[in-house]
Amino acid sequence: MQVLGIFYYWVFAILLMIGFYAVVAKINLVKKLIGLSIFQSAVFLLYLTMGKVTGGTAPIYQDDAVNQLFSNPLPQVLILTAIVVGISTTALGLGIVVRIKEEYGSIEEQEIQEIDRR
Amino acid sequence: MTVLFGVFLLALLVITAVAIVRTQNLFVAVMLLGIFSLLIALNFFILDAADVALTEAAVGAGISTVLFLGALALTYEHERMVTRHRALSVAVVVCATLVVLYATFDKPTFGDPNAPVHQHVAPWYLENEPKYIDIPNVVTAVLGSFRGYDTLGEVFVVFTAGIGVLFLLSARPTAPNSRRRAEDESSGIGLREDLIPRIVGRMLVPFILLFGLYVQFHGEYGPGGGFQAGALIAAAFILYALVEGEERTLEVLPKNALIALSSAGALLYGGVGLAGILLGSEFLDYSVLASNPITGQQMGIILIEAGVGMTVTGVLLLIFHAFAARDQV
Repeated sequence: MQVLGIFYYWVFAILLMIGFYAVVAKINLVKKLIGLSIFQSAVFLLYLTMGKVTGGTAPIYQDDAVNQLFSNPLPQVLILTAIVVGISTTALGLGIVVRIKEEYGSIEEQEIQEIDRR
Repeated sequence: MTVLFGVFLLALLVITAVAIVRTQNLFVAVMLLGIFSLLIALNFFILDAADVALTEAAVGAGISTVLFLGALALTYEHERMVTRHRALSVAVVVCATLVVLYATFDKPTFGDPNAPVHQHVAPWYLENEPKYIDIPNVVTAVLGSFRGYDTLGEVFVVFTAGIGVLFLLSARPTAPNSRRRAEDESSGIGLREDLIPRIVGRMLVPFILLFGLYVQFHGEYGPGGGFQAGALIAAAFILYALVEGEERTLEVLPKNALIALSSAGALLYGGVGLAGILLGSEFLDYSVLASNPITGQQMGIILIEAGVGMTVTGVLLLIFHAFAARDQV
């Protein structure tokens, strides 16, 4: 279990940085938003990893079971709402990208900056 | 066994993420992002977060893929230039990775019941939830009642984002071009001419709707609630739109109805909160809604979950239609 624990945190770190790389290094705006989604998912994974209790189960009471051990419900509540908010804000970003494409004819950051300089 | 499965899933997750960043075809990247969401939903399930896994599967793998594809249809599919300042970016990212990895050694042990995160309010929620609210699903109870303010805020954020997308995409493009209209006349709309997707798609729609309603009204007893149900119901209508064309979906559920639905949901949530004040207690205190405080709490949670479901369905469908209705310039 110890190995898995460290592994979860490391995968969080690696996913976070893959998303971060896409945001800083990629020029295409849609690719940047995809990177942001990966970044966001990594954060979700961290929260839920911290909420897990060994031997625990999903926090739902059952009639026939006594003394159940539950994982922490609070991170789950926060992430549940964050996922839906995440998709709404991503859609807003995509809307801006579509408008940029219509006005500039490109969604590559460098080309947009060159057009702006003219 | 779980350890092995967990390690396997996490490794797949990293491989998919690397593939997403490396591919230059944005269509492939979006498809891989759908797989990524499904894999991370499985991971959430292993971490005991059934509600979150359901949401991620419906939103991440379903709706987000459709929205990204809608945006790609309005832009283009291939990255023209790949990276800028690659060496500098890699250096920054490697340094940041090392810092984050160093920080993970300070984290409490995975699954430790004595970790600080389990010592704060969570034990109180788990212990007192049967006393105050008495519904089996603690996640729904915390979401709807103990943390009602948070959820109200999130619903308003979703609503505002929906308005923002409508605002952006209802602006008229400056360079009108009738290319897409000409295409539309020659070929059919949606998949109406393909027999198998059409029949299978139409058969699935009522079952997805039914499952969405089940998730909405069963959220107090099992994994589910307004956010998941909203995403599922929106997914059913999006499937119908993909099969039958956007116009026919708008005939079933017109745009004005969607606007009314999303505003009514947010207003219902706020209204339940105000009802608490009018009945002599605090904002979003549901105990006063019925003569018995526990019944009042349950009633309040059912009402606000209905409001959440309405807003999420309305906003997601409005966003979908905003992308689908736009002509490519």
